[in-house]
Amino acid sequence: MSAIALTSASLFGLCGSALVGIGLFCVIAHPELLRRLVGFNILGAGIFLVFGAVSRRGAAMGLGGDPVPQAMVITGVVVAFAATALAIALLRRLASLTGTATLDPTSPEPSETAARSEA
Amino acid sequence: MSLVFDIALVSGLIALALHVVVGRDGKGAIVAFIAFGLLLGLAWVRLAAIDVALTEAAIGGGLTGMLLLKAQAHLASRASRATPAFERNWHVPALFCGAVTLGLGYAVLSFPHPAPSLAREAVAAIDATGLGNPVTAVLLAYRAIDTLLEKIVLILALIGVWSLSTDNAWGGASYLRPAMVPEPLIFLARVLPPFGVLIAVYQVWVGADAPGGTFQAGTILAAMWLLVLLAGLRAAPETRLPTLRMMLAAGPALFILVGLMGVAVAEGFLSYPPAIAKPLIVVIEVALTLAVGGTLALLVSGPPDRAPKP
Repeated sequence: MSAIALTSASLFGLCGSALVGIGLFCVIAHPELLRRLVGFNILGAGIFLVFGAVSRRGAAMGLGGDPVPQAMVITGVVVAFAATALAIALLRRLASLTGTATLDPTSPEPSETAARSEA
Repeated sequence: MSLVFDIALVSGLIALALHVVVGRDGKGAIVAFIAFGLLLGLAWVRLAAIDVALTEAAIGGGLTGMLLLKAQAHLASRASRATPAFERNWHVPALFCGAVTLGLGYAVLSFPHPAPSLAREAVAAIDATGLGNPVTAVLLAYRAIDTLLEKIVLILALIGVWSLSTDNAWGGASYLRPAMVPEPLIFLARVLPPFGVLIAVYQVWVGADAPGGTFQAGTILAAMWLLVLLAGLRAAPETRLPTLRMMLAAGPALFILVGLMGVAVAEGFLSYPPAIAKPLIVVIEVALTLAVGGTLALLVSGPPDRAPKP
């Protein structure tokens, strides 16, 4: 493996670490639930990139990278999509029932009209 | 020179991620996330993982982006209240997340030398599968159980999404078509699908030997179907239709069947007899592609919101 490939793999690994931090902060601290879901996807992308760095460093036998982590990332991307779709369906249901898209404890109780329009 | 490109790519990724977190405008943040997905696809190309790059660009940027935009429009019309601001003590989680990043970064820089790799094993056994693409070999032969479980996760997520429909809409269809369909969208929905289907068939076929495969092809099929639904050229299927449900379940069911067959005629669950390994894998891939395409499109469509026709 050339020195450039090594540096580039580490660079994307470090980028993945930064994305994990940014995504995690979004998931923990953002007041909007939808934005938290985007953060969850950024967090996942960061973890996958760290995997990508591992895969790239494992280049051997004429392959550009170790195929096992790559296959795991492909599976992971699809599962993350399924989780996001389910979470979005839950969030839309929450918004339909309560008229709010946050978990803000100061939100008023579900209004009668919103509940009736849904039913 | 390529390092300069990589640094630019990494800076772009981090800048877009930061924009998603601090941006005021919800829609702008999602558009930034879609751009992020496409840049991430480029990053995967730079990491010599073309299979992952295709999946990431199609699912991470495309389908997830569409899902988020749709949800954002829905929420903006329902939740009229102004966006609450960040809590005042946001510094504590920021410090915590910074520590996580530093820890991970340290781990990345102290990876062992020489790097552990299963590439040797993956290439050594590939002749027994008849495949040429080691990533497909991992997905459908060496670690087929992961792929099988992932299909089941997709079906479970779809059941979860459907079960969020209201009582009277259960078994109905979800309404994707906007009130006003722009002419160019109808044009695209007529012109693109033949090419999309062709590309999907190509991806499944070359996936055995070159980058491509079931997930990528399934995503393209899903995108084409969604385009037709969005333009209103075809009505979305009612989710109670037995044929639809059979098609979604056929992929995983066939996979399990072939797996059980492995117990009888080969070494165990999900092992293929070497003589017919390649035809078996191709058959599984075709069935899975249809099931994945349908499941992904229905996941994006969301819970049914129209009562089924009597």
